[in-house]
Amino acid sequence: MDDRRVVITGIGLVTPLGMGIKPVWEGLTSGRSGIGPITRFNPEEYACRIAGECRDFQPEDWVDKKEIKKMDLFMHFGVAGAHLAWQDAGITVTEENAHRIGVIIGSGIGGLTAIQNQAFTLKERGPRRISPFFIPMSLINLISGHVAIRYGLKGPNHAVVTACATGAHAIGDAMRIIKRGEADVMLAGGAEAAICELAVGGFAAAKALTSRNEDPTAASRPWDQGRDGFVMAEGAGIVVMETLESAQKRGANIYAEVVGYGMSGDAYHITAPQPDGDGAARCMLAAINDAKINPEQVDYVNAHGTSTPIGDHMETLAVKRAFGQEHAKKLMISSTKSMTGHLLGAAGGVEAIFTALALHSGVLPPTINLTDPDPACDLDYVPNTAREVQTTYALSNSFGFGGTNATLVLKRFH
Amino acid sequence: MSNIAERVKKIVVEQLGVEASQVTEESNFVEDLGADSLDTVELVMALEEEFGCEISDDAAEKIVTVKQAIEFIKKNSDS
Repeated sequence: MDDRRVVITGIGLVTPLGMGIKPVWEGLTSGRSGIGPITRFNPEEYACRIAGECRDFQPEDWVDKKEIKKMDLFMHFGVAGAHLAWQDAGITVTEENAHRIGVIIGSGIGGLTAIQNQAFTLKERGPRRISPFFIPMSLINLISGHVAIRYGLKGPNHAVVTACATGAHAIGDAMRIIKRGEADVMLAGGAEAAICELAVGGFAAAKALTSRNEDPTAASRPWDQGRDGFVMAEGAGIVVMETLESAQKRGANIYAEVVGYGMSGDAYHITAPQPDGDGAARCMLAAINDAKINPEQVDYVNAHGTSTPIGDHMETLAVKRAFGQEHAKKLMISSTKSMTGHLLGAAGGVEAIFTALALHSGVLPPTINLTDPDPACDLDYVPNTAREVQTTYALSNSFGFGGTNATLVLKRFH
Repeated sequence: MSNIAERVKKIVVEQLGVEASQVTEESNFVEDLGADSLDTVELVMALEEEFGCEISDDAAEKIVTVKQAIEFIKKNSDS
C-alpha cells in the first residue's frame, strides 16, 4: 500500500481571523492579529483577560436549530469546520463509497464549558436537573459522530486527544489509515472552545498564559524577548484527505500532498517541554524519515511557537538538532500563533492547513510582533511581513502537554 | 385551564425545535414530532420546571402525547 499517495482536497477553517480560507489567509498574510479582550465571560478576576475568540461565528449558521443545544461550542466549531471542508472537497457519498470514508476529529479539552455549567447545576439544583444531553454534548469523539451522521460516512470513526498536538496527530493518523487502505477518504483535524472560566483559570494557574492584557494584538510574540506565555484561542481546522488517484479521477483541487508523519514522547514533564529539544527533534526527524526525504530538502517549518519563554527556545534548539546548524539557518520558520493565538487541540489542524496554503500559494505567513528578537532564538522566523517564496517541502510542528509531539511533512503539489 | 395547554405546547415547541403549527393535542412526541429518547427526558424536565411538579420515571413513560402531558399537569400541579 506504500504507493498510495494522500492529498488534501478540502479545507475548513474556523478561527479568530474569520471563517473559511479567504478571510483567514488574507489576515495571515497581511499580519493581522485576531486577539482581543475576553467576552465569553467576565474575566475581571483572572490573571489573563485576552484571547482569540471566533466572534463571527453563529451556531445557527452551521447547526440545525434542534441540534444546537445537544452540542457544546467546540462541537459547533468542529461541525462547521467539517462542513466547510466537505463542501470544498465536493465528494458525493454513495452506497458504494460510504464505508470507505471516515472521520478523525479530536479536541484537546472537549466540552469543558458544558462540564463546568452542569457542575454548577448539580451543586445548585441536584442530580435530577442534569441535562440528558450533557454527556453527548461534552464527549470529544462526538464531533466525529455528528459529522458521520450528517453525511452518512460509514468508514473509520475515531477521535484523538493529545492536548495541543491533537489536530496534527488526527491528520497524521488519518493519512496512515488511507495509506494502509482502510479508507479512501478521511475528514481529519481538531476543534476547541475552551475560553471558559475553568480553562482560563486552569491554564493561568499553570502559568502558561500571557498577562499582557493591555496590549492584546501584541501579546502573542513568539521568539521575541517580551514573550510571557501563550494566548488562548478557539476554532477548528479540518481537512478532507483522499488518495491521489481518487482526487485526480474527480478532477479535484489539490492543496498539497501529505508525505510524512512523525511522533515522539519527551518522557520529561507533565506541562514543560524537554528544554534541550530532544523530543521535538526526534519527532521532526521521524516525520522526515517517513517522507523519505533528506532534512536539507525542507524549506519551511510552521512552528509550534506558542510564545512561551521555554517552548520557543526549545523549538529553536530542536530545529538545530534535527537539521544541523547550517540548514537550520537556511530554513524559514514562522509561528502563525502570533496572529491566531493558540487554538490548543485545533492548532495542529489549522496549522497543517496554513502549511498547505503556504505551499499552494507560494507565500509564507509571517511571525508578527517579533520586534525585539531573543538572542537565544537566532533563526529566520519570517519576522513581521509575509514572504513570497515558492517552497516544496514544509513541516508543521505540534507539541502537547504530557510531552506528546507530532510533525507532519507536506509537499507542494503541481 | 386552557392556559396550561398553551404553556405545554409552548414548551414542546421550544424543546423539540418544531413549528407551533405542527403541535396538536394528539401529537405523539416520538412519532409525530421527531423526538428521540433524550429529547423526551429533557421535555419532561422542562415540564417539571415550568409547572413546579415532579414527574416520576414511571409517570414520564406514560406521557407520549401532548394531551397526556396536559392531563398529567392538570392533575398534579396547582399552577
